[in-house]
Amino acid sequence: MKKNITFKVNGTEHSVEVEPRELLIHVIREKISMTGSHIGCDTSSCGACTILVDGKSAKSCTLLAVQANGKEITTVEGLATAEGLHPIQEGFHLNHALHCGFCTPGMMMRAIEMLEKNPNPTEEEIRWGIAGNLCRCTGYNNIVKAIQWASAKMQDKELPSTEPEFV
Amino acid sequence: MIAENFNYDAPSTLEEAIALLHQYGDDAKILAGGHSLVPMMKLRFASPTHLIDINNIPGLSYIKEEDGLLKIGAMTKEVEVEESEIIKNKYHIFGDATKLIADPQVRNFGTLGGNLAHGDAANDHPAVMFALGASVEITGNQGKRTVPIDEFFHGFYMTAVQHGEVLTEIQIPAASGNYGSAYHKAERKVGDYATAGVAAMVQIGADGRCTKVGIGLTNVNSVPMRASRSEEALLGSDLSEAVINQAAQYASEDCNPSADLRGDEDYKRHLVKVITKRMLNLAISRAKNQG
Amino acid sequence: MIKCKTSKEIGGMGHSKKRKEDARFIQGKGNYVDDIKLPGMLYMDIVRSPYAYAKIKSIDATKALEIPGVIAVVTGKDLEKYNLHWMPTLMSDTQMVLPTDTVMYQSQEVAAVIATDRYVARDGKEAVVVDYEPMKPLMDPFKAMDEEAPVLRPDKEGKTDNHIWHWEVGDKEKTADIFNSADVVVKQQMHIPRIHVASIETCGCVAAYDKVENHLTMYMTTQAPHAIRTVIALVAGHVGLTEEKIRVISPDIGGGFGGKVPVYPGYVIAIAVSFLTGAPIKWIEDRSENLQADSFARDYHITAEMAGTSDGKIQATRFKVLADHGYTDASANPSKFPTGLFSIGTGSYDYGAAYMEADAVYTNKPPGGVAYRCSFRVTEAVHAIERMTDMFAKKVGKDPAQLRMENFIKKEQFPWASPTGWSYDSGDYHAGLKLAMDTVGYDELRKEQLELRKEGKLMGIGISTFTEVVGAGPAKDFDILGIKMFDSAEIRVHPTGKAIARFGTKSQGQGHETTYAQIIAEELGIPMEHIQIEEGDTDTAPYGLGTYASRSTPTAGAAAAMAARKLRDKAKKIAAHLMEVSEQDLEWEPGKFFVKGAPEKSKTIQEIVFAAYTNHPEGMEGGFEATHYYDPPNLTFPSGAYICIVDVDPDTCDIKVRRFVAIDDCGNIINPMIVQGQVHGGLTQGIAPAMYEELIYDEAGNILNGTFMDYLVPTAVESPSWETGHTVTPAPHHPIGAKGVGESPTVGAPPAIVNAIVDAVHHLGIDHLEIPVTPFKLYKALKAKGYFGDNA
Repeated sequence: MKKNITFKVNGTEHSVEVEPRELLIHVIREKISMTGSHIGCDTSSCGACTILVDGKSAKSCTLLAVQANGKEITTVEGLATAEGLHPIQEGFHLNHALHCGFCTPGMMMRAIEMLEKNPNPTEEEIRWGIAGNLCRCTGYNNIVKAIQWASAKMQDKELPSTEPEFV
Repeated sequence: MIAENFNYDAPSTLEEAIALLHQYGDDAKILAGGHSLVPMMKLRFASPTHLIDINNIPGLSYIKEEDGLLKIGAMTKEVEVEESEIIKNKYHIFGDATKLIADPQVRNFGTLGGNLAHGDAANDHPAVMFALGASVEITGNQGKRTVPIDEFFHGFYMTAVQHGEVLTEIQIPAASGNYGSAYHKAERKVGDYATAGVAAMVQIGADGRCTKVGIGLTNVNSVPMRASRSEEALLGSDLSEAVINQAAQYASEDCNPSADLRGDEDYKRHLVKVITKRMLNLAISRAKNQG
Repeated sequence: MIKCKTSKEIGGMGHSKKRKEDARFIQGKGNYVDDIKLPGMLYMDIVRSPYAYAKIKSIDATKALEIPGVIAVVTGKDLEKYNLHWMPTLMSDTQMVLPTDTVMYQSQEVAAVIATDRYVARDGKEAVVVDYEPMKPLMDPFKAMDEEAPVLRPDKEGKTDNHIWHWEVGDKEKTADIFNSADVVVKQQMHIPRIHVASIETCGCVAAYDKVENHLTMYMTTQAPHAIRTVIALVAGHVGLTEEKIRVISPDIGGGFGGKVPVYPGYVIAIAVSFLTGAPIKWIEDRSENLQADSFARDYHITAEMAGTSDGKIQATRFKVLADHGYTDASANPSKFPTGLFSIGTGSYDYGAAYMEADAVYTNKPPGGVAYRCSFRVTEAVHAIERMTDMFAKKVGKDPAQLRMENFIKKEQFPWASPTGWSYDSGDYHAGLKLAMDTVGYDELRKEQLELRKEGKLMGIGISTFTEVVGAGPAKDFDILGIKMFDSAEIRVHPTGKAIARFGTKSQGQGHETTYAQIIAEELGIPMEHIQIEEGDTDTAPYGLGTYASRSTPTAGAAAAMAARKLRDKAKKIAAHLMEVSEQDLEWEPGKFFVKGAPEKSKTIQEIVFAAYTNHPEGMEGGFEATHYYDPPNLTFPSGAYICIVDVDPDTCDIKVRRFVAIDDCGNIINPMIVQGQVHGGLTQGIAPAMYEELIYDEAGNILNGTFMDYLVPTAVESPSWETGHTVTPAPHHPIGAKGVGESPTVGAPPAIVNAIVDAVHHLGIDHLEIPVTPFKLYKALKAKGYFGDNA
């Protein structure tokens, strides 16, 4: 009943044996030992498990690992390079877009695909774009700011201030 | 949450998939986008013993206009519908509907065919298909057959897709003339199933009269439904406010909502009336700007 | 603008320093409990009751044990052998770890399955067959108080009813006299519904008992690791697990909000199984288990009354509460405060008479309730007083802002003795509300509202001007299970002038690694980048009561400042020794001591610390370390003025928050960026119960929304773009003048939102709406007033 699957995670090829029912998130966390992607619900509601599958943001709690056979996967662990942090990581840090950090990896992975498709999203588009990711800590204001900051950075535009607008 | 164990196959042709369905019998299920099925399996509401993943079958994902029809391959993802130029230009109803379906990640995987074949009156595309007068192409080992949307939904999670068959294409009469369509649902929060939803399509003739109309309703009946009496009132009319109000009234009377956490029957009928009115007006204004 | 005493490099108080903890979280290197993997670790899953109230006739684990990989199935009868089937709650009630005969709420733990991986454990759970004899549950707390109601807790000796406790405060007679003669009385029954913290990380643990060393390492999602260690020792001491043999490690926590204060049965079962098997046991809840079985918050039924003069002077308030605690009182309140700090409910207003009483009752619901981002029942109290203030304003025909301005305690009246016994330390309520009104453009909005109303459009403006009470607390009054609610800090500065500091608190996202470093930087002048903060390991950190109730800054933050001041005193002695001057001749500026009148003669803190290890004065202890256990002389009283603007769709009754301005006064601010972030987050947790969230049960005891599909946590779409600001009234008794902020927005936002919605429809005959105010609820209220005519 078990299947052998092969996929790339952050550029490295992995072959693992899985039961068909094994969820991709469990395989990534427990068999590939990359624990940056999280599990926050059981109904595909929270988005903490969001990763990129062939560049598309995906809830890896709702994909079977067998479905990832032959795919390229990117997780939060694959964002930073030798040159430094990914602009979205920098944006989240500089704009205080995380508190407990649990939703952060999924939120960033979703934001990356959104910015790829729409490099200059409006605030409204950002809010709808991350509607599949729950954050219980930040109230979302600074997540919106972080994504706007990353958008500017990725296009070499003038960077918005990262000082808090605290009257 | 963890599903029961099952066998998994990912055939590369439709013929193979159909053969596997026949081989495994009733306990086999098709895995399309999987974003309705996998959550149900995790909660153990569904426990198929075989999953037949049809994502590796080429040629089931496309959007094209051909022979007076808008043809959408069953495996076309919601996101592809959302981003299609043809659809953005002429079939605004899809933009309205997809934006309100679950969330972007789910729409990256959820398919149009799956949304229909799931047979859930809470899903949004059934109402859209009623409004647009769609037909559904189903493929089995006897070949293809086409079923009008009005004959597609048989009951709770039951459709015209019989065992051993696969839904392969959605066919929609192409937009022509002054054609407009719109969809909206009331929802408790973004991505929720509809408290009540209404899909509307109108075509307006040169004399300002309604030459074509369709209205479908979401989650206010045990199966997806068409608001027939509303359509009859509108067809051939001048689409005046009075007629629209009458049509909205009919829709609210003809639906059959049940009370749940989203609201009671009265509230849902009220929403159907309000949204029907709004969607008709939006479809009409879009129709006037088209053509 | 906030003035800073230290340079940006030092990064003391007032600097918006970016957070030190972010690096690991943004790179997927956080270490949450489910990330922990130990050799030989087994997994636990829990069989739960489908019934709210039932006798357990039998539990058959045969089929489960036949599944390869299932190691054991543990029931209440197994735990009973070790007297571990019951445990005490923080309120000295008793709670089942696993039942031996009766289940008391739906989703209660019934048996635990131990297996080699989580998939097998789940299969095992499905295979356990439990035979129940269902009984009719008691779900309505008012019916549970009836004399003829069946007694739910016959296990408690002599119990003949479902009443848990009665509490009261204030002057009953004086209050009654005022009510009897008052011009105006407003009265409203309201329910602050049962909700859930729903942190995105659920609860879980890895219990690792080492049989050879007789030592337990307990990795768990806890906001209070030290208290938990003591509780484990008290519960398991009789099997040889004494406190020095227990190490509780609270790793990174994915949100706590009060939900990770209690001890849940799952933790205890995991410890018991690890103790018996010698294998590490991992238990991680599903979201459904988390929502359905972990401690709820709120669930207060309040009858609130306010008396006043016809020209709008508040004279007295009277609140009567029925608290639904589920089947056991598993609240997390200080021992002497069964209703927590509910008595803060006289609010920000200057009047002299109040009476409050509360009764708690058992029902067949999950136990609780926790202080969800709230300093122990303050949210309930603030909702009552702020709703009543608005109702009173409407009744006397006064603008709610004007009425508040006229009734506020004036800043020169502080310290102010409240009619329920609190001594408010400081505040400037007029300044806060004025700033909020100016920011939002209050007068213009009132004009717009009148114009919109003429067009049949519904727009509302709601205000909440609340006073919080946080930072529990003075040891004379506050304890948890007898342990006084002080908190601690230990600072150790290394010879090269870099430091590590350890605390008894535990951050769950609040940014302690940054703010504590800033407090120490402020006091010692060591750059905050070079101050490492550690929490959450009971083997290394000094004892403390943990992080909840906005208490970390008021208590542990103060402890950090006090410990740093001890070090500065020592530094002064060393500096005097090094420069061969007397201590009186030295003056401090952040980072160095210099000689008065000769500023070129100075020693930096780094030079001084190095000398503490290399060249300290004779007779002085070497090294540079200090510890402080801070016992606050009073609580702190943060306040806020919030204004919310809503637009209501007159046909669908959809409610949109157009703007929300929050002005907070949390005293001196350590890190404005973090304070603002806390306010944003708390506001979204305020809109949640105001408009979306409520745990709903049917009469048969079934939870109707036990998943994230139906328990409606707001997304970025529902959450508006928050506008924030602040006033500063330092806490006079606090070493750094700070008050705590994490909870103010959660406490203050709901009444502002509801007041706005009621304001939008008040002219249509609506005086009050129960939270969460959903479009459906609003529709029904308007329909009842005939708003939709007959053919709706």
